[in-house]
Amino acid sequence: MEYILILVGTVLVNNIVLSQFMGICAFLGVSKQMKSSLGMGAAVIFVMVCATLCTYPIYILLDKFGITYLKTVAFILVIALFVQMIEMILKKVMPPMYKALGIYLPLITTNCAVLGVTITNVDESYNLAQSVTNALGTGIGFTLALLLFSGVRSRIDDSKIPETFRGVPATLIAASIVSLSFMGFSGLIG
Amino acid sequence: MMTYIIPILIFAGLGILSAVLLTVVSKVFAVKTDERLEQLQNALPQINCGSCGYSGCNAYAEAIFKGEADANLCKPGGNKSAGEIASILGIEVGKVEQQTAFVRCGGNCEVTKHKYVFDGTQSCKSSNRYYNGSKVCTSGCLGYGDCVAVCPSNAISIKDGVAVVDPRVCTGCGICAKACPNALIVIRSRRQVYEVCCRSTAIGKVTRSVCGSGCIGCKLCEKACPEGAITVTDNFARIDYSKCINCGACEKACRVGAIKNILCV
Repeated sequence: MEYILILVGTVLVNNIVLSQFMGICAFLGVSKQMKSSLGMGAAVIFVMVCATLCTYPIYILLDKFGITYLKTVAFILVIALFVQMIEMILKKVMPPMYKALGIYLPLITTNCAVLGVTITNVDESYNLAQSVTNALGTGIGFTLALLLFSGVRSRIDDSKIPETFRGVPATLIAASIVSLSFMGFSGLIG
Repeated sequence: MMTYIIPILIFAGLGILSAVLLTVVSKVFAVKTDERLEQLQNALPQINCGSCGYSGCNAYAEAIFKGEADANLCKPGGNKSAGEIASILGIEVGKVEQQTAFVRCGGNCEVTKHKYVFDGTQSCKSSNRYYNGSKVCTSGCLGYGDCVAVCPSNAISIKDGVAVVDPRVCTGCGICAKACPNALIVIRSRRQVYEVCCRSTAIGKVTRSVCGSGCIGCKLCEKACPEGAITVTDNFARIDYSKCINCGACEKACRVGAIKNILCV
């Protein structure tokens, strides 16, 4: 039950993009097409879960020496190392998967959403299983936001918008409206 | 003092560990890529038009590299790309036939009229949804420039309500042909000079009433052609370029001016 709560909480109530406003850059950049948003979403889920697994022992190490205030720096280092490694391994072992995720992986290296998940895990003092669930849920939430917004964007492309608002302004306004709709989920879980 | 040294030591250790790990992984999982493949990819124009029959420039480069495809299929790159590919791989490559796009419609503002004012999204696709476009002729150029928007080399412009391709700039990639709702754009050899600028399937009387320069299927060109290259089917003339000798008899015979010398357009 606890894990389901974490999942629902991260996917809908505290959606990383639409409620916590992390990973906006990737959110606006990749949501132009349904296909690329799916690829990005899959890459983010993958990286978030693995980054959680990597940073968990690092945090224990930092805790031991009482220097947890340096967690952000350590996490960035570990995540960047990990993404680089995964990229190289994928290229050799699974070329089709590398082709599908390859262009998105470097984008995620310094994505704040990934860092955000690992920090949340620590702040909420989750254990390993809870952390992984949290990462999975957040990744799914990110993918959901991307998919929904790519649908909205395809409508924006087809509609007649005043010259001043064309492009980024219209996209940002649409994003805020989508975000507003997710406010409806707040209060679902206490 | 230790409060400063311990973090520094830990981070130095982490950094060195990461560096070693990355180096080992990059050696163990190194993928050998032939540098010629990269050169081939650079030799192609990278506009991913698909007119070579492959899903993109990189897929085509890979196919050439494996010897599955001929090196002269890239139309936008033309002889320049083919020459570069030949020098990279050290093979003989045949000539690329230079092609250009052409809009087969002469229904400009002088000869045809609009039946309503279209105020929606200014694109051919959306205009075509309402009574086959805003022009009286339902098979002609819609004039909202969907082809202009997709052209990677900016070779198309709307002149007098009809899309016109500049053959000097056009690379013949064929992306515009896919964008036209009325399938008016043809990718044709540059050596063939004459073209019928109308695709109206309506009978002559109807075509005549909606457009001043539409082909009415009168068959005068068919009779005038010394090689028998022209046939009138579906109420408009078509030229068989395997027989056409560029004599220009059809242009002179055409009463409505639907057959044009495209070099003069």
